[in-house]
Amino acid sequence: MDFIVLSLLKTGLVAFVFLTALAYLQWIERKVIAHVQVRVGPNRVGPHGLLQPLTDTIKLLTKEDLIPSHVNKFFYLLAPIIGVSMALISISVIPFGPEIEIPFTGIKTYLGLTDLNIGVLVPLACSGIGVYAVALAGWSSNNKYALLGGLRASAQMISYELPMALSIAAPLLMYNTLDMRKIVEQQGAIKFGFVYSWGIFSYLGLPFVAFILFLICAFAETNRIPFDLPEAENELVAGFHTEYSSMKFASFFMAEYANMTTICCLATVLFLGGWYPPVEFPGVNYIPGLVFVFSGLMMLYHGTVNLVRARDKYTLPAFGIIFCGIGLAHFVPFLMPILVPLFWFLSKVLFLLFLYIWVRATLPRFRYDQLMHFAWGWMFPVSIGVLFATALLVAVWK
Amino acid sequence: MVDLLLFAFFGGLAVICGIVMITQKHPIASALSLVGAMGSLAVLYLLLGAEFIAAAQLIVYAGAIMVLFLFVIMLLNAGAEPKPMRPSWIAVAVGIPAVLVMFAMLARLIASTVPMDSLVRFGGFTGGSAKDVGNAIFRQYLLPFEVISVLVLIAILGAVVLARKEMD
Repeated sequence: MDFIVLSLLKTGLVAFVFLTALAYLQWIERKVIAHVQVRVGPNRVGPHGLLQPLTDTIKLLTKEDLIPSHVNKFFYLLAPIIGVSMALISISVIPFGPEIEIPFTGIKTYLGLTDLNIGVLVPLACSGIGVYAVALAGWSSNNKYALLGGLRASAQMISYELPMALSIAAPLLMYNTLDMRKIVEQQGAIKFGFVYSWGIFSYLGLPFVAFILFLICAFAETNRIPFDLPEAENELVAGFHTEYSSMKFASFFMAEYANMTTICCLATVLFLGGWYPPVEFPGVNYIPGLVFVFSGLMMLYHGTVNLVRARDKYTLPAFGIIFCGIGLAHFVPFLMPILVPLFWFLSKVLFLLFLYIWVRATLPRFRYDQLMHFAWGWMFPVSIGVLFATALLVAVWK
Repeated sequence: MVDLLLFAFFGGLAVICGIVMITQKHPIASALSLVGAMGSLAVLYLLLGAEFIAAAQLIVYAGAIMVLFLFVIMLLNAGAEPKPMRPSWIAVAVGIPAVLVMFAMLARLIASTVPMDSLVRFGGFTGGSAKDVGNAIFRQYLLPFEVISVLVLIAILGAVVLARKEMD
């Protein structure tokens, strides 16, 4: 019974944090792109536009739920359900941290919802089924732009699934298991006395090539720039979700961001050492707290002594105090074993998500034939080469 | 108990999806019911303890092959078939009992030839991990596996040749 209650609690917590994070990811994206393009970004609702995700959600929920008369109703309604459920399922197999003890209760549990011995395959299966959402949405809308978007998306996702699977297979050869928790624990070994053996640091750095291939495929799998041809605005209006409005549109939107987050978690687990820090030295566990406290103090300084903009008078000190509080929580002995691994895991995931946004703000879109040629003529041979080279190295070393 | 409920649910779902696949007029509906049947089969594999096969079923069949099917149907924009003639009442009256009798005979045959204690129990099957499947394919059944691969390759080449002829 304890197991069920604990699992329900963990699921509820992860679902709440994940969904909130998805909403704020969109705020971060708009802000970062705005600053890259020398704009301000959302700044009307709440301080620095921080309540923008909330108002967006309310807007999307309360808009008229329109079902065009010419659609195939059953599949039209089924598509967003498949999309969002498949996108949200795969987070359940990601391990966020090691085994921890919940303070004051003595209950030991793993950070993460479940550990399957086929863990790595679950996100792949989910993204495979998720293709149906896009294809069905495009087809059932009965609209030429939507159909073209759906066809493009399914062709692209099938093409890039192959090099993605191959680039995942290369590190799996080194780890010799499909269990995500065991994969991360193997990366916890320390080499040369101070470096953690992250996936990308082992085997002569060969997995680093696989990591780059995986990232490129991840961009294509989630239909993001520079591979966002399924929703190319200047050719297809909005692509496969042209005919969707209100909550159904929001589901596709949420599915896209959930897929991005999950795939970044997968990259972190497979290549970037999960919840382990990059290097080991005495006191490495104090770094997360120090980072937070330092940034909090910096905000306090700029919000009080060195005030430049009048509107920062309240927000910067407030956030400075919050950051200092989070930082100090990292030093509390019974919170430290929970927060420090989470810090390293989340910072890697957030870095990869930032990379997504950075690329979106920087790169133009591919042409469709370039996209396909890139997948089959370049990615595929290179990933096969990396797989063979890794297999050779593993066979020689083990 | 939970196992049995899940088995009944997903087994039933697989059968229903199979029936819907044959009876549906629209190719996309048929393709999707096939996906539903494959997904339910994957759950049944999972119930038996064959996790890797379940995941492979989802990734390869439901995720890759059926998406290609769907893609082709959508690309050709195949519409619903015209309604066929209504089956004669004799075919219905004779056919459905005949099918039921056939299934009953099959069940009887299986129950009589396979000893009860050799049946697979839920979770009692331990050969479903990636390692066991790999050993079975690449050690025990290496030759049949390679022969099937060559067969599939020949089929692909044949399809390409046939498709090219039509293009000219």
